[in-house]
Amino acid sequence: MATNLRRLLRWEGFLLAILALVVIVNVSRAPAYLTLANQINLFQLSIEKIIVALVMAFVIINGEIDLSVASVMGLAACLTAVLFESGMPMPLAILIALLAGVCCGAFNGFWVAYVGLPSLAVTLAGMIGFRGVARILIEDRSIGGFPEWFTTLGQQPLIGPFPLSLVLFATLFALALIILQFSGVGRLVYVVGNNAAVARYSGIDTARLKMGIFIASGLIAAMAGVLLAARLGAVRGNTAEGFELDIITIVLLGGVSIFGGVGNLVGVGLAILVILNLRNGMSLLNVTGNVQTGVIGVLLILSVLLPNLVQMARERIQRRMAERKEVHIETETSVSS
Amino acid sequence: MTIWWQRLRPEQIRELSLVVLIGVALLIFSSQIENFLTARTFNRIAASVAIVGMVAIGQTLVVLTRNIDLSVGSIVGFTAYFVGSQLAANNAMGAPAAVLLAIAVGGGMGLVNGVIVAYGRVPAIITTLGTLAIYRMLLINYANARTVTVDSLPAWVVELSRQTLFSIGDFAVRPLMVVTLAAVVIFQLVLIYTIFGRRLYAIGSNPEAARFAGLPAQRIVLTAFTLCGALAGLAGFLFLARFGTITAVAGQGIELESVAAVVVGGVNTFGGSGTVLGAFLGAFLIDLLGQGLLRWLGISEFWRDALLGLLILLAVASDAVILGWLRRLWQARTEVNHGN
Repeated sequence: MATNLRRLLRWEGFLLAILALVVIVNVSRAPAYLTLANQINLFQLSIEKIIVALVMAFVIINGEIDLSVASVMGLAACLTAVLFESGMPMPLAILIALLAGVCCGAFNGFWVAYVGLPSLAVTLAGMIGFRGVARILIEDRSIGGFPEWFTTLGQQPLIGPFPLSLVLFATLFALALIILQFSGVGRLVYVVGNNAAVARYSGIDTARLKMGIFIASGLIAAMAGVLLAARLGAVRGNTAEGFELDIITIVLLGGVSIFGGVGNLVGVGLAILVILNLRNGMSLLNVTGNVQTGVIGVLLILSVLLPNLVQMARERIQRRMAERKEVHIETETSVSS
Repeated sequence: MTIWWQRLRPEQIRELSLVVLIGVALLIFSSQIENFLTARTFNRIAASVAIVGMVAIGQTLVVLTRNIDLSVGSIVGFTAYFVGSQLAANNAMGAPAAVLLAIAVGGGMGLVNGVIVAYGRVPAIITTLGTLAIYRMLLINYANARTVTVDSLPAWVVELSRQTLFSIGDFAVRPLMVVTLAAVVIFQLVLIYTIFGRRLYAIGSNPEAARFAGLPAQRIVLTAFTLCGALAGLAGFLFLARFGTITAVAGQGIELESVAAVVVGGVNTFGGSGTVLGAFLGAFLIDLLGQGLLRWLGISEFWRDALLGLLILLAVASDAVILGWLRRLWQARTEVNHGN
């Protein structure tokens, strides 16, 4: 436990150091960087991804993965747009899109939790399939012209200078933090992620837990998709395509282990800050979008590689010290005999 | 006292069922769709299966070791563009040099993946998600918004995809397909008869046991990733030959198609079972169903992804069901044997 805590502190310290570095460089380049307006803008640009990252943390800590989130986002956005276009009132269209997200999550959850298929394969099928349903709905069109209140909610400030999506993110972050770190359900997520078999034999209903998490993942992704539609003001078949890479990167960079059972939301929160500030800083330096993605790819690999290298170096040193001690003992025994 | 079907291994059952499925699909489509069983349909399927199938061979090697390579789409795109621009700059370059260049570039990228996974102990999904973005970034920077065009390429490259080596009736056999088929045969033999091949299965079935048995697990995983990259590089060359016009988005999505082919082909995502032939048949079945269903049901191209997703899920689910059924069957048999 103590070593876990130390590892955690070290990891978060590492993230904090990177964050400080990024912020210092950014401020020195652009004094306007630390203004509230720019900070809000920086959050707003990726708000849908970081909302989904919160629930992705639950999925990965629970020992699974959900590759289908970006497709669920796209499906929800397309469904909202198509239903609205066919004359349905907007609130009802949004509600149905959210329900569709729940169905997608339940679909994934059923195959993973109750049939026992690997989540990598199931959600890969979901990733392709849900995107496919979105394409059937919208074909190659682009649908816009939403009601004004909808796009205003997506783009304009709601409470003080904060837009709705940011308020939602803050609320969800607080909620997720309480559930994962301070509630019994949160403990179960870790226990199942650490060792699902042991958890099952201890009488935990692992299937229900996994099902619940996948449904939450579908619902939150659908919500993020609707928010994205509101922010962009128009929807296409490829809306949110490829977002899963960024979302998973944030979670893993936050110190969550891909094998489950390890990580926390404080780390994920810091990783969100690091990635948003890094992207913003690179934009200030006129670095293009694909290079930004590449840099984040490098960061993703390094975030796992560096601790491993340190660990390996330490093991090697320890082994060498142990060998030396052995030699030492051997010489002592030979002297005494 | 065993009947022939009791001696079949699960992967052979899988391959057999794929062949049967392909046969049934061909029968249904040819009876329902006018002019389905023509050379044109065959050539269209062959041209796209040649590329995805080549990538799927490498993906199989990696998945067998309980890893995954999601960066292959970017490797295909990068090699297609890189080799294309080299050929455009130097029209005198010969075919062997171009192919070797493609294999070397792809192999180098695969080597990087392998080193990070095997020696850096970074999970394959993290590594290759990262390199998927990194290799694509390299390509976009290298391409700098330019396009490799058909006219700039030497004539023999474009000819490769149109030439007919020999024809059986109306079915023209094109060089691209022959290259991929040859690779399937070679790697199927490698998997069955070489030490390296058997070790891939050993590592995937039980990595710890393989390590305790003294297998050089790291080196084998590294080799699998390097071969996967090299095959993706070769696929990049095929991509160049087929399309001629290459932009910075070339090959996007092939990583998913190759994983889909591997999964439908019966390669276990937890490693240790599956064959190259199965993955190739999987790629073929996916393309055949895609072409056939779209024309049979008269539905638009937009249904393709939804069908593909469903197909992958069916493949994985049926795999789990079949495996459970076989396990029970074998258990019953051993109990009977013990009773005797």
